[in-house]
Amino acid sequence: MVDNVAGLARTGLRDWLVQRVSAVILALYTLFLLGFLLLNPDLQFADWQGLFAQGWFRMFTLLSVLSLAGHAWVGVWGVSTDYIHPYWLRLLFQVVVILALVVFVAWAVEILWGN
Amino acid sequence: MRFSIYRYDPEQDQAPRMQDYHLDVEAGDMMLLDALMLLKAEDESLTFRRSCREGVCGSDGMNINGVNGLACVTPMSSLREPVVLRPLPGLPVIRDLVVDMSQFYKQYEKARPYLINETPAPRTERLQSPEDREKLDGLYECILCGCCSTSCPSFWWNPDKFMGPAALLQAYRFIVDSRDQATEERLADLQDAYSVFRCHGIMNCVAVCPKGLNPTQAIAQIKTLMLRKSA
Repeated sequence: MVDNVAGLARTGLRDWLVQRVSAVILALYTLFLLGFLLLNPDLQFADWQGLFAQGWFRMFTLLSVLSLAGHAWVGVWGVSTDYIHPYWLRLLFQVVVILALVVFVAWAVEILWGN
Repeated sequence: MRFSIYRYDPEQDQAPRMQDYHLDVEAGDMMLLDALMLLKAEDESLTFRRSCREGVCGSDGMNINGVNGLACVTPMSSLREPVVLRPLPGLPVIRDLVVDMSQFYKQYEKARPYLINETPAPRTERLQSPEDREKLDGLYECILCGCCSTSCPSFWWNPDKFMGPAALLQAYRFIVDSRDQATEERLADLQDAYSVFRCHGIMNCVAVCPKGLNPTQAIAQIKTLMLRKSA
């Protein structure tokens, strides 16, 4: 067994599960949005705002943003461990990605529930 | 028949080079290995491994026109000329087409490719039902030629941490064996981020396996079993 002292890697099983579940959520969200756009060809800003005014859709959106962050992290972690060999550069890259993802999630919350 | 073959002798050469060869014989139903033997008769410095010459020993795995395969079961008539031969990718070259398989075997060892069963051995043998025996089909046939693992980018980048398709096929062969008692332990050993989970399912292994086996499917079964035990 390969132990990961850094803890950033966690277990492979958990990462794999995160990637699969988040992919399903993202697929559902994408299909829903596509369907919504197709069913509303004359979409006005008010309709769009109306959609986002509903609590369930905000939750659905937040869930999708969290899924996107989790999905991206698992993928980017994999790619960075494959291709960025100096450990300090890899760590720097991973920290920047984590910070960016946290900011994106917080930003999404602000957009969804802010004024 | 025209060939372009990777030549490298670390003791003499600064760098690897490609050397052109010519054979003035009809390909007929000749296999690539037959052609290589004829070339070696002309140039004895050309080095490659071979033994059984019928796809059973797994010695003559090499990269043939960009695709890994066994020279002994690859018909010359199926190859575009010049036939470009290189050693299996991703492993250190000992000489010409001969690679150092140590890393590959180390990963094979990690799969613990033997039955673990603490109960006293019965007088004759440990019996299996035909159904349980059937689960080993498509797994036990592996000849460890290394064509699959050396065609896998995950194995190229992390040969020390990712076990590779060949070793994982063997790992599953013992996980699924009804006579083995260490199933849980075997699964627990593989839960880290690399050993199994570096497989992203690109299926190069399935495409090149000379025995027509499906390591990707075995890997997926390992993941499913792990999930079932952990959820």
